[in-house]
Amino acid sequence: MNTLALIASLLPALGAAVTFAGGRDLRHVKFWSTAPVAVSFLLALLVALEHGTGGTSTRTYSIGTAGVFHVEVGTRISGLAALTAVLVAGVALCVQAFSTSYLGGEPRYASYAALISLFTAAMLTVVFAADLVVLLVGWEIMGVCSYFLIGHYWEKPEARSASIKAFLMTKTGDVPFLFGLIALGVQAHSFRVNDVILAADNDSLHHPAWIAALLLCGVLGKSAQFPLHSWLPDAMAGPTPISALIHAATMVAAGVYLVALLYPVFVLAPAVLIAMAVIAAITMCGAALCALAQTDVKKILAYSTVSQLAYMLGGLAVGGRSQAVYLLLVHGAFKALLFLAAGVVIHRVGSNELSAMGGLRYRMPIAYGTMTVGLLALAGIPPFSGFFGKEAVLGAAYDATGEFAAPGRIVLIFGLITAGLTAAYSLRLWLGVFHGPFPDAPHEHEARVEAPQTELIPLVLLAIPAAALGLVVVFGSGFSHVVGGWSGEAGAAAAMLWPGGLTTLISLLFVVGFGGVVFLAWRRDRQADPAVMLLGPLRPLLRDGFYFDRLIDLALVRPTRAAARLVAYLDTNVFDAYVRGSGVGARGLGTVLRRLQTGSIQFYLTCLFLGVVIMAAVYAYVGTVS
Amino acid sequence: MHAVYPLVLGALLFSIGLYGVLARRSAIAVLMAIELLLNAVTLNLVAFGAILRDQYGMGQIFTLFIITIAAAETGLGLAIVLLLYRQRASADLGEQRELAEPVEDYAADELIPAQAAGESAEQVGAAR
Amino acid sequence: MTAQTHGFLSPTGIEIAFVLVGLVVLGSGLLVVTVRNLVYAALWLLVCLGAIAVEYLLLGAELLAWVQILIYAGAVIVLFLFGLMLTKAPIGPTDELDVRHRWPGALVGLGAAGTLVTVIVQAYQHTWFDPRGAVPLGRGGALGAQLFRYWVLPFEVLSVLLLAALVGAIVLSRRQREPEEAEA
Repeated sequence: MNTLALIASLLPALGAAVTFAGGRDLRHVKFWSTAPVAVSFLLALLVALEHGTGGTSTRTYSIGTAGVFHVEVGTRISGLAALTAVLVAGVALCVQAFSTSYLGGEPRYASYAALISLFTAAMLTVVFAADLVVLLVGWEIMGVCSYFLIGHYWEKPEARSASIKAFLMTKTGDVPFLFGLIALGVQAHSFRVNDVILAADNDSLHHPAWIAALLLCGVLGKSAQFPLHSWLPDAMAGPTPISALIHAATMVAAGVYLVALLYPVFVLAPAVLIAMAVIAAITMCGAALCALAQTDVKKILAYSTVSQLAYMLGGLAVGGRSQAVYLLLVHGAFKALLFLAAGVVIHRVGSNELSAMGGLRYRMPIAYGTMTVGLLALAGIPPFSGFFGKEAVLGAAYDATGEFAAPGRIVLIFGLITAGLTAAYSLRLWLGVFHGPFPDAPHEHEARVEAPQTELIPLVLLAIPAAALGLVVVFGSGFSHVVGGWSGEAGAAAAMLWPGGLTTLISLLFVVGFGGVVFLAWRRDRQADPAVMLLGPLRPLLRDGFYFDRLIDLALVRPTRAAARLVAYLDTNVFDAYVRGSGVGARGLGTVLRRLQTGSIQFYLTCLFLGVVIMAAVYAYVGTVS
Repeated sequence: MHAVYPLVLGALLFSIGLYGVLARRSAIAVLMAIELLLNAVTLNLVAFGAILRDQYGMGQIFTLFIITIAAAETGLGLAIVLLLYRQRASADLGEQRELAEPVEDYAADELIPAQAAGESAEQVGAAR
Repeated sequence: MTAQTHGFLSPTGIEIAFVLVGLVVLGSGLLVVTVRNLVYAALWLLVCLGAIAVEYLLLGAELLAWVQILIYAGAVIVLFLFGLMLTKAPIGPTDELDVRHRWPGALVGLGAAGTLVTVIVQAYQHTWFDPRGAVPLGRGGALGAQLFRYWVLPFEVLSVLLLAALVGAIVLSRRQREPEEAEA
């Protein structure tokens, strides 16, 4: 089983290597981009099935010693890891298949596909990591691949700046993360995940709050939470399948995955849990509000991702590990579906803006159907999977006790409000894209303009789990058995995923209420954007993400640029002045010495004999005195 | 006789000749001063020959040689002065300044003074 | 070599004569390098060289004294006068005979004088000699015997040197011909 996991992690890397080395033969690129991922998916399924409800299974190979610590590579399979791997491989496969026609004709398709394969391999490495150092390696490789992929259309300046922004922001979180990992490894006297969790369980970590806080920084960066969130909306400048893979289902989920993996460590630090809850609450509502005001379809989905990730983080903050993981899986499915469907729509309409869309219901029926499923899941409408996911988290918040009580209250209140907001912007998106008048054409029922099959099939495939994963909950606590306990052990206490009564009622009220308001606003003027009427003067503020980027510009970018200018000025005028001064000095000295070259032989002879006389006198004096 | 007399005489004559070489402008005057230098040396040699009286008679014989060489040197020296005079219409040593280095104003960043501004700017640009 | 009295205040006749002629040497030497008239400088040089020849006699070098007169006073001075004539040197007194700043040369000369005299006096203050003892060595026969017994090779080389100087002087002072005439 461990071997299968190892192969599953490495196969996409092999595919990437072959693609990088292979050149531009399109046929082979398409094969090598999809086949390894397909095999990985099958292997991940096998691993998950074989693992079942067992406890953790680890197999490692030592490759040497670095100082005091052994360096090991290998795999650690827990329920959490197995399920996440299935998600990752599945979404990657759909994205690769989708891309063969979406981007297949473009000149840089080969590098794009190879980077996606490499990314998939890195994520699987993180998921199956048995050693924190290996996890870090996968973590960083993901960051690098994300940089390259966001900047795929590097001709566009917004793509270039977005990729650098994403890289810098995630790195800002990754530096404290690194310190946290090192501290964790040092205090647990080992970097193996099993040993770390054991140390946390035995309460032998000396500063769990510091470690958890440092690790949280990395999570905030990777999972785009406040204050490191603003890279995600800008990252939409990259190709849409990238957004589906990286920014919906996998990379941003890596942060949540890490908290779930090292949960015993976080549980030891109540202050960090409260901080997590507060950050999650702020991000949830803020991002949902911003999504309501966006006019770019992809940006709506991006802010939605940020908001949903905050939900998951909130779930983790209130002790609902299984619930948060469930939401993670479900969200991965429907968000990837939404992004891919949006990609299809954007491709046909030729623009990202909502204003260019409308009335596509009959023109793109399959996209319409699948995207509706996805949006229903997002909004949390029963019986779609998103409903069960959100209710699971809200239920965990409601039932939270002990050290989780305070976070629970925060998450519950803001979670309910966000549920309403989520329904609002989902409805707005749905109405804006598929209903209302088609902007250009005079008639509504035009000839169908759909997308190629390789794009539609993944949509349908993803719609199935988006719709049906709710059924899992029917099996009661079976899911949490699969996921395993906090330390990855088998047969853990059952976590109830069935929606609790009071929270479900209130959340459905919010959903219907907010959604109804949007619908009524839309009904007034089908062509206009309902957000204009609803948000009024707040709309510019929300469209710009609460001017957060401007704040960062003022607080960080401008001082850094000023400092850089200062350094440049010092370099040219202070240090360079010395360098130039030495040149000037040398030349000046040369000028002075040049005055000795008068050309007069008698002058030269005078100097010569003067020297000789002086030397002779000195020699004579010294010779006679001593 | 005290040995100091001839030797000091030679030394003083040498100093006078040295002054003459350094302070006279005409080439022929300088040659005359050189003759004084040579004679000081010969005087010294003869004095030592008289003091030491070695078996080879070195003092006076060397003096003979020096006189010969001085004659040859004077002849050649005058030939050179003649040539100099023919080429430059003057035997003035103070005027012969070909070996001088020009002392002109350099701008702070120029490598070569007062050349075509474009050239030096290019050179400086390339060096940067 | 110490026979008579060596007091500083009882010099011998040779010493007196030597000092007096020495004064002539130095005086005329000074005049050579300071007069404003080039021809006068050449003539004072003649006087100086002549006085040196007398010094040689006093030191017992007979042949050398006459050789000095012959070659220096005879040939070299004439050579200088011819040179003055051919380069159209200013005949009368002129101001342009000295360099603009004479003090560096004076400084060097004085320095050299001081150093040399000090060293010599310190080294030889206790050395006396009898110049009359050098007289037999200064005769023509004795000098010739020494020359052609021990110094033959340098003598021959010197004659080659003279030949070279002769040829060189002729080549240097040849008038440059016109290019056509040179090729022809």
